[in-house]
Amino acid sequence: MPSDDWIVLLSAAALAFSVLSYVLLDGTDLGVGMLLGGTRDATQRRAMALSILPVWDANETWLVLGGGGLLALFPMAYAILLPAVYLPFILMFLALIVRAMALTFRDHAGSDRLKRAIDALHSFASLLVGGCQGVVLGALVQGVDQQDGQYNGMGWEWLNAFALYCGLVLVVGYFWLGNCWLYWRTEGELHCRSRRQARVLALFTLTLLALLVAWTARLDPRYAERLTQPWLISPAVILASALLAGHYAGFRSRRHYLPLFCALGVFVLGFALMAATLFPLLVPPHLTLQAAASGPVSQRFMLVGFAILMPITLFYNTYGFRVFSGKMRPIVR
Amino acid sequence: MEALDSALMAARAQFAITIGFHIVLAAFTIGMANFLMVLEAMWLWRRQQVYLEVYRYWLKVFALNVAMGAATGLILEYQFGLNWSRLSTQAGEILGPLMFYEVMAAFFLEAGFLGIMVFGLRKVGPRLHFFATCAVAFGSLVSAFWILAANSWMHTPAGYGIGADGRFIAQDWWRIIFNPSFPYRFTHMILATFLGTATLVAGAGAWQLLRSADTPRARLQLSMALWVIATVTPLQFVVGDLHGKHTLEVQPQKIAAIEGSWTRPPEGAGEPLRLFALPDMNERRNHFEVAIPRIGSLYLRHDLGGTIAALDEFPVQDIPPVPVVFWAFRIMVGLGLLMLGVGAIGLVLRRKRRLYGTRWMHRLCVLTAPAGFLAMLSGWVVTEVGRQPFTVYGLLRTADSLSSVSKEQVLGATLSILAFYLVIFVIGLWVLLRLLREPAHENEPEPQPTIADETGRP
Repeated sequence: MPSDDWIVLLSAAALAFSVLSYVLLDGTDLGVGMLLGGTRDATQRRAMALSILPVWDANETWLVLGGGGLLALFPMAYAILLPAVYLPFILMFLALIVRAMALTFRDHAGSDRLKRAIDALHSFASLLVGGCQGVVLGALVQGVDQQDGQYNGMGWEWLNAFALYCGLVLVVGYFWLGNCWLYWRTEGELHCRSRRQARVLALFTLTLLALLVAWTARLDPRYAERLTQPWLISPAVILASALLAGHYAGFRSRRHYLPLFCALGVFVLGFALMAATLFPLLVPPHLTLQAAASGPVSQRFMLVGFAILMPITLFYNTYGFRVFSGKMRPIVR
Repeated sequence: MEALDSALMAARAQFAITIGFHIVLAAFTIGMANFLMVLEAMWLWRRQQVYLEVYRYWLKVFALNVAMGAATGLILEYQFGLNWSRLSTQAGEILGPLMFYEVMAAFFLEAGFLGIMVFGLRKVGPRLHFFATCAVAFGSLVSAFWILAANSWMHTPAGYGIGADGRFIAQDWWRIIFNPSFPYRFTHMILATFLGTATLVAGAGAWQLLRSADTPRARLQLSMALWVIATVTPLQFVVGDLHGKHTLEVQPQKIAAIEGSWTRPPEGAGEPLRLFALPDMNERRNHFEVAIPRIGSLYLRHDLGGTIAALDEFPVQDIPPVPVVFWAFRIMVGLGLLMLGVGAIGLVLRRKRRLYGTRWMHRLCVLTAPAGFLAMLSGWVVTEVGRQPFTVYGLLRTADSLSSVSKEQVLGATLSILAFYLVIFVIGLWVLLRLLREPAHENEPEPQPTIADETGRP
């Protein structure tokens, strides 16, 4: 039986896995959604929408798991963080509803004019979702003022340069993922355009990320100390370079999924870097994983379920992806 | 106090709007997934094309409904933190795991197989496709199981301890999940999802019989739905009665509010059945009361002389808003009686072999199409308003559960959500009615019929 300290770490790992899975999977869908608005050609837009239609719902479910997991495993963090980012969260949920409707209702629109309007709305909603998520992450890293286990602020702390910059980074990153997905899943002009855009966005995203790391280090002396540790920063730089090289090499390979997987790798790296910077804090400046954790009885109860059900979930989700894999061959009626 | 009050009301309104909207979609998902499962099973068994055609017809509605249901459900997973962070801190260790299991064991099952169910008819074999339909239907039932466990625990908390810091701590998961009111609530809710779906399908089938030629598809929809209405409605009354008897034990204030009973009748006089009344919270009495003596005792105590605890026997600060509970209950039961009548007429006409030719009955079915879901929503108002002023019954007050978010933000968000939901409700309803206006055709296509050629390895 692992000790209670280990239980807390395992719980944090389970939560991190859920949130990261969401960012990787739905981030790609949102990126495709963002690109939908800027595309004129009806056939290309159908290919884009159809490529995410059978999978977006399952991808979004990871966000529900993240919410339930945070409440269950670290209720104190859930209670402090959410009121602090009240408006960005509400806005994000409304935008997610618009995205869901735009994607599933577009087939019921009679004219292509209406479809274009719906796709533009879908783009706007996806941008809003990505931006809000970045702002929430930024507000979290910056720290939330709390007292006696409750949020203690005015509700506007998220509205500042750093959090908005995080929103921008995430949006650009999602654009990149969306392009990589389309490069993998489509052919012809859309395929080529996605490659061009992905190649530019890769450099742009990594530059923004490097700036973000530098800015984060200036927020708090503890972050600066962590981020200047050679054991953390040198592997990160090496990995990032390798992934970037793999990304560009992927475009010359016959395996069209390679650029996407390298881009996802960069996201994993960024997420890991954030976690390592904050550790052992869950909600800076003071709330640690230990202090926010629910009791060991609750955490054990959930970890058992997680360990049993997660492999099964991953198995059938992968199968669901495989059924609709391969290149899109859109037909416009 | 004034500021807290309106922030509290705005937060409560926000929860009511978001859950009221979501609950109908979620209930329709549960009912429809199970209806589709039966249709596909019948098709695999009998191999009659009509089952597949009706399956594909409703699959299109189902696809839109599930998407909306999933998207509107997301916000609820976070409502507890956004507006009710004190409740989350206090009870998160118990409510959180139940919601976590709901996602792990149910939502993923639903969402993971949804793509195959909705778009995979021509991509996978019929057996595998049936498996996907079953997984979605089963997942929807399991999700109801977990979320009602969490909801019921807040009504009848059990299996918990209270820590040094005053928080609820889980002690016995079995008792937490199977808390005293859970079996009643779960059964009542599942039957409600079946009834809500059945009245809607009956309405659609009847509409098709009224509007276009008499087709086997329209007949099948009307017939199956009326079987469900005829059998499930009486069962729902029995379950509802048991649920009420149990509530009388654990939440007597709620039953007193349902009955509009401010003072206990004299010994042996029995409880009246109040058909009409305007309960007044300030004067603590009813205006314009119309009642039948003793009938109330019949369904409350199953005799003619028994009485129940009246509202004046509880502290003023512990009773729920009586008019809302009183009227919501009457709407629910009234609609229930209406469905009972529809089911009975259906049986009689079927016996006379006139079910498909009686046009007034078809009109009645179209009119009562929303009855099931309206009754369900009324029932939710009864139980959730009736448990006020508590979130965790008897232990944590609603006013002590609130987040420390400014009144302006809560109010602004609530009004925006209300406006937004009204718009998407109109759009959603419009698309739904447009889909249902068109009858189910021979060789009815499924959603995205060309997707098999457009994706995947050829």
